[in-house]
Amino acid sequence: MITELIRYVISFFALLLIQVAVLNNIHLGGYINPFIYVMFLLMLPVRMPGLLLLVLAFLLGLIIDMFSNTVGMHAAACVFMAYARPTVLKFIAPRDGYETESAPSVREFGFNWYAIYAFILVFLHHLMLFYIEVFRLSEFFPTMFRVVLSTIFTVAIVIMVQFLTDKPKLKK
Amino acid sequence: MKRLFQLLWNNNFTLLFIFLWSISIYLVVLNNRFQQVYVVNSSNRVAASILESMHEVSEYLSLKETNISLSRENAELRSRLASNFYTLSVSDSSINDSLFLQQYTYMPARVVNSTINRRNNYLTLDKGSRHGIKPDMGVISSDGVVGIVKDVSEHYCTVMSLLHKNSRVSARFKKSNYFGSVVWNGEDSREAELLEVAKHVKFKKGDTLVTTVFSTVFPEGVPVGTVSGYELKNDANFFEIDLKLATDYARLTHVYIVKNLLKDEQRKLEMESTTSDDN
Repeated sequence: MITELIRYVISFFALLLIQVAVLNNIHLGGYINPFIYVMFLLMLPVRMPGLLLLVLAFLLGLIIDMFSNTVGMHAAACVFMAYARPTVLKFIAPRDGYETESAPSVREFGFNWYAIYAFILVFLHHLMLFYIEVFRLSEFFPTMFRVVLSTIFTVAIVIMVQFLTDKPKLKK
Repeated sequence: MKRLFQLLWNNNFTLLFIFLWSISIYLVVLNNRFQQVYVVNSSNRVAASILESMHEVSEYLSLKETNISLSRENAELRSRLASNFYTLSVSDSSINDSLFLQQYTYMPARVVNSTINRRNNYLTLDKGSRHGIKPDMGVISSDGVVGIVKDVSEHYCTVMSLLHKNSRVSARFKKSNYFGSVVWNGEDSREAELLEVAKHVKFKKGDTLVTTVFSTVFPEGVPVGTVSGYELKNDANFFEIDLKLATDYARLTHVYIVKNLLKDEQRKLEMESTTSDDN
């Protein structure tokens, strides 16, 4: 339990650092802008209390906002994503439900399940983020183009990180 | 009453979501409307000092290019020294202080953080209220216009760059004096659009655009960009002109903050004229 907690704290700061120091400086073709930090919200345990999830998402978003001059935008997107998470989890639940202590990962639920899970939530996050940033509907299609491209990139990086960091676990 | 509380408690997840989400949106709107959000901003000291140390690394890596551009600027300034000019006139002319009042002063600053990939981009500079920086001062680089100071803290300031949906800089053709407005369409950080140029204006590809004398923010004649392409639709009265921006935002490390010493005077006078019109 304690080791799990430490793992979450370390990944929280590691993801923040990678986002702020490396990925915020990446801009491919002016459109693509991956936000790996949302992976923290993806990896929290399935049975996480909802209120704690929302508060964590809000804090995470605010810290990212501090570093990228986007007051409130990331916070709003993260809170929205955290709010959608339980519904999405219920929607794509495996036939016999979740175990008490399981957390979403490729190892535990398989590649397809995780890809769908990550894609839906990351898409919702980016949708909220990019439209709040633009704040007008006249640029609807260019913005949607950016949302989709960035979502694909973020999901690809999240899955790559999953493969790199998930250590083999003994089957019960 | 008890059932009301029961209902609220049962929906606490949704209620907290609405609460936190509204706070976030409130912050976004607040930041758009007002100039000062000190709480969560990169003029915030902790964030800014971390960003600055990160930037030192990348600045070190681009030292060579910075040196080249600085030495080029040095050379250009050196060529303007009075000692380089041969005096043609016989009579001795001296500059009289009561004839020439200095209007603009420049303060060098370092870029400690910048973005170019968002719809609205900002830069953070390492000069703040301690150095006399105030909101709405202009920022230029050795290549051309950069942006306008937005928020100021004690040691840092943030700059709304030209790459922002609310940025609008008036620019004129260097050759013909016809002017228009430069805005950014959110696509390429090296390109912008020039609006409001009427169809009788003559210009060609490669013409340079500089700032106009109307601006109280920038001195006149700072490069903005060059024409890279243009189009005149059938019934349109105005050209659609594409610009290649003079400043390369992706490599910006050193800039100058422009202080207009006569700005308050001009603003005040113009304000008086417009209010007297209304009466």
